[in-house]
Amino acid sequence: MVINTIHWFRKGLRLHDNPSLKESLLGADTVRCVYILDPWFAGSSNVGINRWRFLLQSLEDLDSSLRKLNSRLFVIRGQPTDVFPRLFKEWKINRLSYEYDSEPFGKERDAAIKKLASEAGVEVTVCISHTLYDLDKIIELNGGQSPLTYKRFQTLISRMDAVEVPAESITAEIMGKCSTPLSEDHDDKFGVPSLEELGFDTEGLSSAVWPGGETEALTRLERHLERKAWVANFERPRMNANSLLASPTGLSPYLRFGCLSCRLFYFKLTDLYRKVKKNSSPPLSLYGQLLWREFFYTAATNNPCFDKMESNPICVQIPWDRNPEALAKWAEGRSGFPWIDAIMTQLRQEGWIHHLARHAVACFLTRGDLWISWEEGMKVFEELLLDADWSVNAGSWMWLSCSSFFQQFFHCYCPVGFGRRTDPNGDYIRRYLPILRGFPAKYIYDPWNAPESVQKAAKCIIGVHYPKPMVHHAEASRINIERMKQIYQQLSCYRGLGLLATVPSNSNGNGNSSGNANGDVSSDVMGFTVEATHDAAARSGYQMPVHSQGDWQSGVMMYLQGDPQAHIATHQQAPGYAGTSTSMMCYSQGTQEMTGSAIPKGPEHHSTTQISGKRNSEDSGNTKASKVQRQSSH
Amino acid sequence: CDSFIHSEAVEASESPDSNWARLPQELLLHIFQYLPLLDRAYASQVCRGWNQAFHMPELWRCFEFELNQPASSYLKATHPDLIKQIIKRHSNHLQYVSFKVDSSTESAEAACDILSQLVNCSLKTLGLISTARPSFMEVPKSHFISALTVVFVNSKSLSSLKIDDTPVDDPSLKVLVANNSDTLKLLKMSSCPHVSPAGILCVADQCHGLRELALNYHLLSDELLLALSSEKHVHLEHLRIDVVSENPGQHFHTIKKSSWDAMVRHSPKFNLVMYFFLYEDEFGPFFNDEIPVTHLYFGRSVSKEVLGRVGLHCPRLVELVVCANGLRPLDEELIRIAKHCTQLSAIGLGECEVSCSAFVEFVKMCGRRLSQLSIMEEVLIPDHKYSLDEIHWEVSKHLGRVWFPDMMPTW
Repeated sequence: MVINTIHWFRKGLRLHDNPSLKESLLGADTVRCVYILDPWFAGSSNVGINRWRFLLQSLEDLDSSLRKLNSRLFVIRGQPTDVFPRLFKEWKINRLSYEYDSEPFGKERDAAIKKLASEAGVEVTVCISHTLYDLDKIIELNGGQSPLTYKRFQTLISRMDAVEVPAESITAEIMGKCSTPLSEDHDDKFGVPSLEELGFDTEGLSSAVWPGGETEALTRLERHLERKAWVANFERPRMNANSLLASPTGLSPYLRFGCLSCRLFYFKLTDLYRKVKKNSSPPLSLYGQLLWREFFYTAATNNPCFDKMESNPICVQIPWDRNPEALAKWAEGRSGFPWIDAIMTQLRQEGWIHHLARHAVACFLTRGDLWISWEEGMKVFEELLLDADWSVNAGSWMWLSCSSFFQQFFHCYCPVGFGRRTDPNGDYIRRYLPILRGFPAKYIYDPWNAPESVQKAAKCIIGVHYPKPMVHHAEASRINIERMKQIYQQLSCYRGLGLLATVPSNSNGNGNSSGNANGDVSSDVMGFTVEATHDAAARSGYQMPVHSQGDWQSGVMMYLQGDPQAHIATHQQAPGYAGTSTSMMCYSQGTQEMTGSAIPKGPEHHSTTQISGKRNSEDSGNTKASKVQRQSSH
Repeated sequence: CDSFIHSEAVEASESPDSNWARLPQELLLHIFQYLPLLDRAYASQVCRGWNQAFHMPELWRCFEFELNQPASSYLKATHPDLIKQIIKRHSNHLQYVSFKVDSSTESAEAACDILSQLVNCSLKTLGLISTARPSFMEVPKSHFISALTVVFVNSKSLSSLKIDDTPVDDPSLKVLVANNSDTLKLLKMSSCPHVSPAGILCVADQCHGLRELALNYHLLSDELLLALSSEKHVHLEHLRIDVVSENPGQHFHTIKKSSWDAMVRHSPKFNLVMYFFLYEDEFGPFFNDEIPVTHLYFGRSVSKEVLGRVGLHCPRLVELVVCANGLRPLDEELIRIAKHCTQLSAIGLGECEVSCSAFVEFVKMCGRRLSQLSIMEEVLIPDHKYSLDEIHWEVSKHLGRVWFPDMMPTW
């Protein structure tokens, strides 16, 4: 029987460590590598030009690599559900392969395609190669739930089987007798489109700081390892002024698009470590960047609401302010804080910023200063950040806004001091905000404090040429820390005076809940299971405890004057009186309510203990449809 | 058997005198107390008896008004019809009331409108809570004051009052004192710019049952501390002071050591919680003398020198949180704190630097009493003695439990 196969590229834009493609080629007579792109979606999507350019460059690179194997890439315009039935017929396909996608919308899209394939008698091959591990196995090891702390995740990882070695690269040898039927008009019909074709205005577009593609990725990987070998230091590099700039050894966008295999990176790091450190076994911290990514993929894989506050069982419900003007100032680099504005400018221009710079702007937008929802920040990053992945982007934003993962919220980055510590001279500011070039280092992080004479000499009057700071940081942080404290006190039922203890059982397993400080030094005590026994919040995401009123006491319980009835009465304001009902009753899912998936979708249930995870197949709708499109188109 | 139960159930529900309808009111009340408001409302439509139960005073003692505008909040608001109904039928039952308002002035004004209608109720607790920006500050002061004094005048037994970030002023506090001096136990009024030190002193002089107080440093005076330590006054349990700088270089007054001593003598167990939001050069007047602070929070960068003084002058310190410090490691300061602050059981360090050796030494000195130890990974500087991987073992050993530094995602 003749075997005609299609390999469907989505992420995983590479020929090295591409196990599903490799398996697809086995015994096949013809292969067509396709990428499906919805041109209508391109113009209207949330994804910015830098990300599209990176994608198109990666596709070009893939196409040129395939040419060397006498094949080509087929870029198909349309939507997967329309495209595949047509292709199956037209090309007489009986095999389809693609890389496993762990994200909820990807899984849903793939399930639909799998169904279409089986209806058409097409055999489907799926392999995991975007993550180091089979995420479902991690979850299984954790008793069926995604770990909620990074420490717990590390513990689980250390118990997992070794990471699978990367699959052999696709070469002429592996292609074997498998050929790609090509037509004369391939470029017209299946060529990689240009940015202009997708409706982007490219006039004045500067060249890419991060060129897309597997070839570039592999070059960078070599450079990355060379540099690591040279410094022979495997600890996390300390941040300095230089680390703020795009580095030719940076890999994150390449991992995001799968131009670089995380497993290849993993094994190269391991080899290098063994070589340099004389065969001692590498610590988990060596793989920090990869493991964080893995952690967020694991946290998100069964949670379709991972990118939202509402209905997201692991997200603390915080009464963020809705303020489009302030949001725009932040997003467009007009906050009046040079440190914040320089970072946002770099992000917009180049598509990448250092992870501590991400922390700085994320903290500023959310719990630090502006008190604006992390979802808004996440959307801006989704547009601009090359390595923004649905899971990692949402997860990091939740993390940095202290909306999940049991984070201490006092770690608040100062929009003046943090930058000054990192780059005391202010060169980074001058590079991205030329208007401030004339300011001396002393004032470059807080130019509004510069005397008028200094502003004049710098040819930049604050309030005229560069905005005044949009918030009073000290005042904002005073108010915000109080808000966070209130919210976390509700969550943890903590009534003491301490600030640190308000965070319910954080990853340190600190003895804040009774019976925890028992000197238990098993590594399990760190993690989820043990936390769960202490803390309901850990067990089922963030739930609001029954007390609600009186939580504005930072100190002892409210003075209820010995009225027993009142005690009970406080209970009725408990969570869960949410409901989408339009009746006269209030729909409150405010500060008082920390439930997650639990937030009832209808009047039929008001349990607050339900753990989400399994997706709700009937809760579809337009929003999701467009999400599916989005996932498929880059 | 199944069918038997089934038929019985059908019978029961069909019978006009069904068991449910005959449920005693007390039982029904008990059940209703555990039901969310919305479910109670649904239940109230079942029958007359349940409808009566819905309106029982016991169920309306405690209420939280949520006032949000769609333009400024993601959260839904308490429905206006419900508010009307509460004011009409249940305002005399309300005892524990809080208002949660979003950042819009409109919401804060709506809260004031409700407050001014609470004429025939006697509140025991009242909380005005801004969930985003302090919006009560934007309400015309006279409107706010008149609404608030309605409650003060009509509720003669207020015990807890939380009015942070509001335009409350001295005359309105006088009204509070005139009507509620016997019952007031808790007063939180951080960042109320219209109150003067004399205004708060009047409260302390008259309200002898006051146990908890939160205010800004500019209201703190020696006289206030002495008033709170007078013989007539109950033991204070909790004093929270916010020290906030309005503009750089602001000058702050000092509090005499003798006043603090008087406080400690009168209320030996009281907690003094201080939050500092100052520029580094504004710390001059602080920590030069012994101060009975128990919980200390530095929201902005604080110098090594000031932390050194903290180590010398805060013998009652229980919790210390330092959000940021300069570039020089805090080694000696931490050791000094470990040595002198023998009650210290919680510490958090954000943007600071400490050498691993000094940190281990600090933990060793404090030992197992450190129940909260939240240190950012970046804070710890590896040295010849300990690498980052080694330090968590070493620290865990001294703490007697597994410990790791706090981590931020490498994105």
